[in-house]
Amino acid sequence: MAITTMIGAKIHRREDPRLVSGEGHYVDDFTRQGTVSLFVVRSPFAHARIKSIDITQATKAPGVVAIYTHKDFAKVLSGIMPVTPSFVAEKKHNPPRFPIADKEVVYQSEPVAVVLAETKYQAADAGNLIEVDYEQLPAVMDLEKALEPKSPHVHSGSADNLGWDLTYIPDDAAVMKEADVVLKQRILQQRLAPTSMETRGVLAEYARGDGTMTVWMSSQSPHFARLFLAGAMGIPETRVRVISPDVGGGFGSKISPYSEDWLVPAAAKLSGRPVKWIETRTESLQTTTHGRGMIFDLEAGAKKDGTLVFLKVTQYMDIGGYMGTFSAFQANSCLLAGGSYNWKHISARTVGVLTNRVPTDPYRGAGRPEATHLCERMIDLLADELKMDPVALRRKNFITDFPHTSHFGLVYDSGAYEKALDKALEIAGYEKLRREQEEGRKHGRYIGIGLSSWIEICGFGPSAGTAPATGGIALVESAQVRVFPTGSVAVYVGTHSHGQGHDTTFPQIVADTLGVPYDMIEMRHGDTAEGPAFGYGTYGSRSLAVGGMAVHKASKKVVAKATKLAAHIFEAAEEDIVFDQGQFYVKGSPDKRKALGEIAFASFGMNLPEGMEQSLEAVAYYDPSNFVFPFGTHVAIVEVDAETGDVDLKRYIAVDDCGNIINPLIVDGQVQGGVAQGIAQALYEEVVYDEESGQLRTGTLTDYLVPTANEFPMFELDHTVTPTPTNELGVKGIGEAGTIAASAAVINAICDALAPFGIKHVDMPASPDRLWKLISNARGMSHDGKEARK
Amino acid sequence: MKHKVATTINGRRNEHEVEPRLLLVHYIRDVAGLTGTHIGCDTSQCGACTILVDGKAVKSCTMFAVQAEGKNLTTIEGMAQDGQLHPLQQAFWDEHGLQCGYCTPGFIMAAAYLLSQNPNPTDDEIRQGLEGNLCRCTGYVNIIKSVRSAAATMGGAAAKPATKTTAGRS
Repeated sequence: MAITTMIGAKIHRREDPRLVSGEGHYVDDFTRQGTVSLFVVRSPFAHARIKSIDITQATKAPGVVAIYTHKDFAKVLSGIMPVTPSFVAEKKHNPPRFPIADKEVVYQSEPVAVVLAETKYQAADAGNLIEVDYEQLPAVMDLEKALEPKSPHVHSGSADNLGWDLTYIPDDAAVMKEADVVLKQRILQQRLAPTSMETRGVLAEYARGDGTMTVWMSSQSPHFARLFLAGAMGIPETRVRVISPDVGGGFGSKISPYSEDWLVPAAAKLSGRPVKWIETRTESLQTTTHGRGMIFDLEAGAKKDGTLVFLKVTQYMDIGGYMGTFSAFQANSCLLAGGSYNWKHISARTVGVLTNRVPTDPYRGAGRPEATHLCERMIDLLADELKMDPVALRRKNFITDFPHTSHFGLVYDSGAYEKALDKALEIAGYEKLRREQEEGRKHGRYIGIGLSSWIEICGFGPSAGTAPATGGIALVESAQVRVFPTGSVAVYVGTHSHGQGHDTTFPQIVADTLGVPYDMIEMRHGDTAEGPAFGYGTYGSRSLAVGGMAVHKASKKVVAKATKLAAHIFEAAEEDIVFDQGQFYVKGSPDKRKALGEIAFASFGMNLPEGMEQSLEAVAYYDPSNFVFPFGTHVAIVEVDAETGDVDLKRYIAVDDCGNIINPLIVDGQVQGGVAQGIAQALYEEVVYDEESGQLRTGTLTDYLVPTANEFPMFELDHTVTPTPTNELGVKGIGEAGTIAASAAVINAICDALAPFGIKHVDMPASPDRLWKLISNARGMSHDGKEARK
Repeated sequence: MKHKVATTINGRRNEHEVEPRLLLVHYIRDVAGLTGTHIGCDTSQCGACTILVDGKAVKSCTMFAVQAEGKNLTTIEGMAQDGQLHPLQQAFWDEHGLQCGYCTPGFIMAAAYLLSQNPNPTDDEIRQGLEGNLCRCTGYVNIIKSVRSAAATMGGAAAKPATKTTAGRS
């Protein structure tokens, strides 16, 4: 079955013709007869008690159909919003969260009431007439302050603000003493807003006659949305259909269920009208979960010859007002903190802290960008302290033997870290760059070269590792392959494509496995009414390594059945049947052959082997034996203007290894977009709250700086290929790689550029303002340039 | 109080009575039924709603529908002609210039205007010409390649939108 005509081919995406023509269908493009618009009235305060809600004026406003508050939703929604164990099984304080506030609001923009009206303009008008009487309560916005004994409490009446405190591995004092050089560093991970270009949105229609609920939702995981919604509304899963059509980006922010995902269907049930809610951009920046939001206190030690000895990690995570469904997933920063290096010991502790901000949850990379950033920064700081070239320190300590069991029991599947480093350095022209840097410094030009030799964990994941983390559901993946009598093939998958190009990649796998023409394969996803019983969604760079394998496995089941049937038709033994390039024949008689399509037609007939049922179709659930661990080296080259603090990102080189590549066009696209988001964190983006009032100060795209085309050079990409032994396709993941690698490369480059000033570390975003203050301070100029955390 | 507004969208005449405060983008999507024009922000930063108004790129969230009275509008649905993708649409496909596709119609419309003004732009001119549009998926690399490639295909000819009716959904 050596068919490899499609796998590895640069196939142009089949989803594109409709998307470039304006024929995509995102949630707001759907409407149902009689649809009303829903407007959410939100808390203007970070922390307040709701004394009363007066809807009198709003009810009289033109077009108003209904106004609902907590007491109405309590009739049709039960339970609280889910929080998974993730990487912290035991939480100290997990405040229960109902999708709409009752007596107390704990972050700005928490839902308080909803208005249904005939048009969105009328709904917003009426929403502004609702009078909520609040009693403002003390808010705590800063996670360090929240840990102080006298801090205000995020939820009134609670004992403290500690969400969790877990030590994975304690210090080893004896090992720490072995280090000749020890240094400490605090590294900040600012909060980020995921900012998919399509905001969230929900359209729900409830059929009272048969009790079915149909929901169109911009989601990365429609089956989970169905599961949670069915539970909350007390409707059997069979009567809840969630459709996630074209989705305009997610980046992790459309995995977990949100208040509106429950309020909109509930409002549809209460009102008997189809209800639509489309998030505005300001609502998105205020209410869609943020990413990052951490402080790392780090200590690292090495021997004089550069041998790494120990790394000590303390992670403080700003959870927000409630725990996100997967907030503790980001504790994986601790588990991956050692990066691609051998350390004699790693100790790690994670502390989750409640604050009066919107909850944090996964954002592209979700814990691994933070791990890479802290590790690669500490490597550079150690190199500086040891007066070693950062390349040499990396080379000396790379993990080289695989499989490698980490301090945390994770088994790194395969890697060739030095190979990727070499390739990146060659493309960059590293030695020449160092000479240019030296020459530049003589003329007051501050060029910096930054490395990031990243690794990550993805392909979530093996049932043994993931079922306990979700609270029961193993993150395997499902696929169904159906062959129709004419030989055309339909594939249904449980992953969800929102830019990743599965509609193209997965049929490439099917085409090779079944040996049928690519164009005869139809790929469907995003509708819980179709395909297998459960799908697990797209996040954590899992879709190919888990979902692609499910597609491969289901296709192989089809081939196995077709082979049996072919043997019956040829009146030969099954073991004598050859399947090659989509054709079946008896060994030694290749002239007499039947295509899979012919076998498919026969499968619907009467001449079947004893006991065989009609049709060629199969469902497969694939449970991987391990996670996968992609890796690579990125190099950023910057020039810092010492007079203004402006950073010119001159070049960016990315050499990534995601194992075998199914579609190089799509892989490069994923890297480019990922790198851009990592650079965006390093240089531009930051969610800022006013510490006093608790107001979000970055509530529009004028304030939250998503980069434009002007901010990036053309990235220089290449790959090494080290297949994983974990799955038959030899594939890893690439969706988050760029983001995981990039912030460290850029910040390392900036620190390298500013080394002549004695500047060792720069936090993110490395804005001109922040750098100018650091440089001025280093020059001994008078200003208030202390490096204050916002 | 409603006002009459008459426009030509993708070669087709439209007449409706609308509220004076109705934004043009909402008119195009919700009244004219052309949903290829998207909304990505509330503050005219993202450019997802970019259309051509009398040949000029305009963010349709910055105009009221009533201001479009008598204007000739082109949306993404009007770019393909006789079933053939516009060279820009083809180039975005060929160069993998899109991922989730949400910002794409706005980019194509902004690029159409850019090429109508500057048929052979440099990469930096493309960047500057598209700085009013945000993409979160691509890092812009392949968008720049797409526009460069379309400019080459069009042989330096100005990008002309369709002037006659195409298969819309109005």
